[in-house]
Amino acid sequence: MNELRELYQQVILDHNKNPRNFREMENASAKIEGYNPLCGDHYTVYLQMADDVIKDVSFIGNGCAISKASASVMSSTVKGKTKDEAERLFDTFHRLVTGDRSGLSAAELGRLAAFSGVSEFPARVKCATLAWHTLRSALEGEPKEVVTTE
Amino acid sequence: MSAIHNDERGTMNEERGGVASSFIVHRSSLDVQAVRANFPILKQQVRGKRLVYLDNAATTQKPQAVIDRIVRYYTQENSNVHRGVHYLSEVATAAYENARTTVKRFLNARDEKEIVFTRGTTEAINLVAQSYGRANVGEGDEVLITAIEHHSNIVPWQMLCREKGATLKVAPVNDAGEVIVEEFARLLNERTRIVAFGHASNALGTINPIERMIALAHDAGAVVVIDGAQGAPHATIDVQQLDCDFYAFSGHKVYGPTGIGVLYGKQSILEAMPPWQGGGDMILSVSFEKTTYNELPYKFEAGTPNIEGVVGLAAALDYVTSIGIDSITAHEQELLAYATRRLQEIDGLRIIGTAAQKASVISFTLAGVHPHDIGTILDQEGIAIRTGHHCAQPIMMRFNIPATGRASFGMYNTLEEADVLVDGLRKVIEVFR
Repeated sequence: MNELRELYQQVILDHNKNPRNFREMENASAKIEGYNPLCGDHYTVYLQMADDVIKDVSFIGNGCAISKASASVMSSTVKGKTKDEAERLFDTFHRLVTGDRSGLSAAELGRLAAFSGVSEFPARVKCATLAWHTLRSALEGEPKEVVTTE
Repeated sequence: MSAIHNDERGTMNEERGGVASSFIVHRSSLDVQAVRANFPILKQQVRGKRLVYLDNAATTQKPQAVIDRIVRYYTQENSNVHRGVHYLSEVATAAYENARTTVKRFLNARDEKEIVFTRGTTEAINLVAQSYGRANVGEGDEVLITAIEHHSNIVPWQMLCREKGATLKVAPVNDAGEVIVEEFARLLNERTRIVAFGHASNALGTINPIERMIALAHDAGAVVVIDGAQGAPHATIDVQQLDCDFYAFSGHKVYGPTGIGVLYGKQSILEAMPPWQGGGDMILSVSFEKTTYNELPYKFEAGTPNIEGVVGLAAALDYVTSIGIDSITAHEQELLAYATRRLQEIDGLRIIGTAAQKASVISFTLAGVHPHDIGTILDQEGIAIRTGHHCAQPIMMRFNIPATGRASFGMYNTLEEADVLVDGLRKVIEVFR
């Protein structure tokens, strides 16, 4: 059960049950769908940008606990950050969940650290990164309507 | 009509004569521990726990007899078939063609010519769609399937209909996951050219009343294609008595190798069909002006075939026959009844697919826990189940769920393993409490 407790940390269970910023957004400056066809995880991420800053971010959709908690933690982490800062956070998060922790400090990780257990479950990395991939596409204004992790 | 009577574990029911596709339950005479001893992979531990393999609808494990047969083929018999004059080519060709006879007997087909080897069920259905379908379906015609089909029995027909300007019709299912036969009958008409449906559903386990559906389709003048991927592992099949025009199944779901499958087709229909893929083996003579195609079944087997797969499949069918399909079915129905009852003890667990007649497949959801999380937690307990949409997204939409967990039982599973599954699900609930 230890590895499981490491994966399903309290923060993740909490964000899964009570996801933050879990709402549609009117007047969003960007709205993009993310889909993992393997397990059916499906989210829509909304962004409200003010110049280069993420003024507001929200999401709706459904999927497994890892994907939903990740979307929730992401939304509260990137709010108020610049586009570049959000990109750097994704990079940090990606390294965390794929087990490449060299040079990652606790301060840098903050709440993202709750996802450290994911690296022991390679099949779940796509769940953890789905919302982030979707966010990045929204930030980059990619024309793709649906981001998939396949 | 095939029928199942399994009100309680191991309950006996009367034998019925004249059943073309028998899911009938006899008393289980299967010695499950003796069967398990034939499957070396089951002896291992995964993640420190004894492997409990409950993903048999995805693929089955292979008995030693199949593994040994493939080793023997490569150790003593390997050669190309149908061409060489040398000793090994004769041996390989004999093994390949004897396997065809084994399949013919397994399906009770009339003739070896009616047995075409394919890569699997998917390729077999595509062969029918691309060869029979393109020659016989035109603008304004209809193809009828059901709402419970696997993607492999949906997409080939969509492709055909789009190309030909034909319409794909879908017979609905009720809340139990059973095809509503009256609606199915109502959708049949003089424009219906092809009717395709599964013998049993991989997603929900529902066994279709295929004999009745075949008769109805024939009354409308349509040709019938049975997706037998989930039928062949669990039921006695008699294609002559069923009177279906095509029956497709996969080797790997019936304890044989992956990459090999079978298309049965009535000889008269196969004769009239144009070839599908061109190449070696499917021709009699080739010049740049004209090619004469080979006779059945070689017309549909272009290129060097999967010889190891074919001999491995024959070994698997021999093994299944030696255990006895009736014994396997009885054992699986006992597992299904027991596991269903145990799973229903779990608060918040909902079984999706409650048809009166089911193969040993149980799809379920657990309140507040996504199936993917269930799968990961059970995996830590050594339990292999499938989670997701099971390549049957339309039926998931029908029940308004994105995915399910699915436990599917094979001949080597035990009642105790159903208990381990229930204990594992209680751990899932504990983690998510």
